[in-house]
Amino acid sequence: MSELLKVENLSVSFLSYAGEVRAVRDVSFHVDARETLALVGESGCGKTVTSKSIMRLLGRTTGVIQPGSHIYYKGEDILAMDKKRLSQIRGSEISMIFQDSMTSLNPTMTVGAQITENIRTHARVSRADALRRAEELLRMVEIPNPHERLRNYPHQLSGGMRQRAMIAIALAMDPSLLIADEPTTALDVTIQAQLLDLLRGLKDRLGMSIILVTHDLGIVSDFADRVQVMYAGRIVERGTVEEIFQNPRHPYTWALLRSIPGMAPDRKSRLYSLHGTPPDLLLPLEHCPFAARCEYCMPICKKQPPAETVLSDTHGAACWLLHPNAPRVEIPRGIGGVNRD
Amino acid sequence: MTEPYLFEVNDLCRYFPAKKNGIVKAVDGVSFRIRQGETFSLVGESGCGKTTCGRTLLGVYPKTAGSILWKGRETCQLTRAELKQFKRENQMIFQDPYSCLDPRMTIGTIIQEGMRVHFDLPPRARDQRVAELLFKVGLTADFASRFPHELSGGQRQRVGIARALAMEPSFIVCDEPIAALDVSIQAQVVNLMIDLQRDLGLTYLFISHDLSMVRHISDRIGVMYLGTLVEVSDTDPLYDRPMHPYTQALFSAIPAVGRRQSGKRIRLEGEIPSPMDPPPGCRFSSRCPHAAAQCRQTSPSLRELEPGHLVACHRAEELNG
Repeated sequence: MSELLKVENLSVSFLSYAGEVRAVRDVSFHVDARETLALVGESGCGKTVTSKSIMRLLGRTTGVIQPGSHIYYKGEDILAMDKKRLSQIRGSEISMIFQDSMTSLNPTMTVGAQITENIRTHARVSRADALRRAEELLRMVEIPNPHERLRNYPHQLSGGMRQRAMIAIALAMDPSLLIADEPTTALDVTIQAQLLDLLRGLKDRLGMSIILVTHDLGIVSDFADRVQVMYAGRIVERGTVEEIFQNPRHPYTWALLRSIPGMAPDRKSRLYSLHGTPPDLLLPLEHCPFAARCEYCMPICKKQPPAETVLSDTHGAACWLLHPNAPRVEIPRGIGGVNRD
Repeated sequence: MTEPYLFEVNDLCRYFPAKKNGIVKAVDGVSFRIRQGETFSLVGESGCGKTTCGRTLLGVYPKTAGSILWKGRETCQLTRAELKQFKRENQMIFQDPYSCLDPRMTIGTIIQEGMRVHFDLPPRARDQRVAELLFKVGLTADFASRFPHELSGGQRQRVGIARALAMEPSFIVCDEPIAALDVSIQAQVVNLMIDLQRDLGLTYLFISHDLSMVRHISDRIGVMYLGTLVEVSDTDPLYDRPMHPYTQALFSAIPAVGRRQSGKRIRLEGEIPSPMDPPPGCRFSSRCPHAAAQCRQTSPSLRELEPGHLVACHRAEELNG
């Protein structure tokens, strides 16, 4: 498969009164054409900052992308693009949908105006043609009565419909890459199921790649091709969905999988839980970021950060347990090798 | 059934006035019972009335119609002294740990506030009690002098639990207590709630839309749709064999790890109708794949199909035969 996006050594810092918050620390990955890559992790692990960096949506003064970072889109470095080239790509080649549709849409513009705005920014088409295309898009995202809906304002739509309208705007120019940042988190499960089905269908039909940012491992196992687990601004494990769910190798991935209640043996038994909280990103982190919460922590873990151990072409994990000299640790019972019918 | 019921709720209604003389029937004719010591959960999607139900139960909202019996007594006929006891014994923890703690009060003051009203304790004993409570919820005594903004979400939720426990309650309404927390922190808080229930003999009304967590924590579950209860059952039979078409669709929509099941998913068309203008007959008839003429005319009531398994559906026998 051809490589659509390649991120190399991405580091992002936020300058706060307390000091430099290092939100993303030396992250490298790629996205192939027509695949879905999921970024998983808890709040503050850097998954949203990573995805916003790809669109260069971080404020110039707040989020600083560190020198040495590269993001190549079809071979061209996004971080080196000038304003003009960037605006050609944003919203047409790479699009983004957000978690909160109420604050992401403009409340003073009709849905039709917001879709045609994107079309007419990127292509020379007449207003009437753009409106026709907008109606077609609303039909594509399965909004009933698309012709009437064009004249609606965001507050007149329900949460699920607004999310669909946002997808319509994002897909207006047939992007090759869609970044979906927690697209269904604010929605109810039945509406979430409708939207995921819709996204899956559109992805196949339009042949685009998706970067899905989420904390819900259920959605990941159902929807993604490859997964990257992030912790404290680093990728701690990456692999295909099968590799991550069948044969996870990083203790943090184990912890995430074990804290899902469906995996617990009995009702009202204690769920597996990590003690403590994620590390303070103000600190330099000269050791493994997970060491303080890890039940397998060894002396080396508190001295030196582990490098990624490559387990297969697609699977890798950054953990000292995978070092040839480390003691052998079995994957905890109840996870890995999950039956998937 | 001879088991004592802590709460018996019959045909509870709570309507809210809306614009243009409209009425939002947030809770419309809901009946359920909560036994001493059990966890009863209300599940459903946003706007189905589960939160309103919990709040009306505790008298936060006055009820529009119906009856709520607490230990066999009608709650709206309690004497002043009984009402004070009712308010002490029945507590609530909230969804948003960021807005439910007063940002200008220290954690110690927050936890003590109710104690001042209900218990006649000297300040030193109160401080002692705060320290005990903080320890009980897994925090340390020095948290008492901190302010809410210094705490993480999980820690704040623990403070919310400590505040409820300060009243020595027997019953706690837990309104989406873990919805705003990260998965690893969710497990911590749920473990704490399970431990406290076992140690203190608490009864919970657990309100949530997280169906896998509900399965883990509940003894019995009520499924709500648009202000009505559509199915009530013990936990395992409900998940093994949901009988109401809505419950079936809801459960099939859970994206579960280890189950790539988009093919088996029952997909509901459309969205939840407005509670201002619900469809006639069965509330679910407008989205139900099995709706018949009867469903659009008369509203079904809860019927016991199997012992302890109640379903409100005209065609339940036929569909689950």
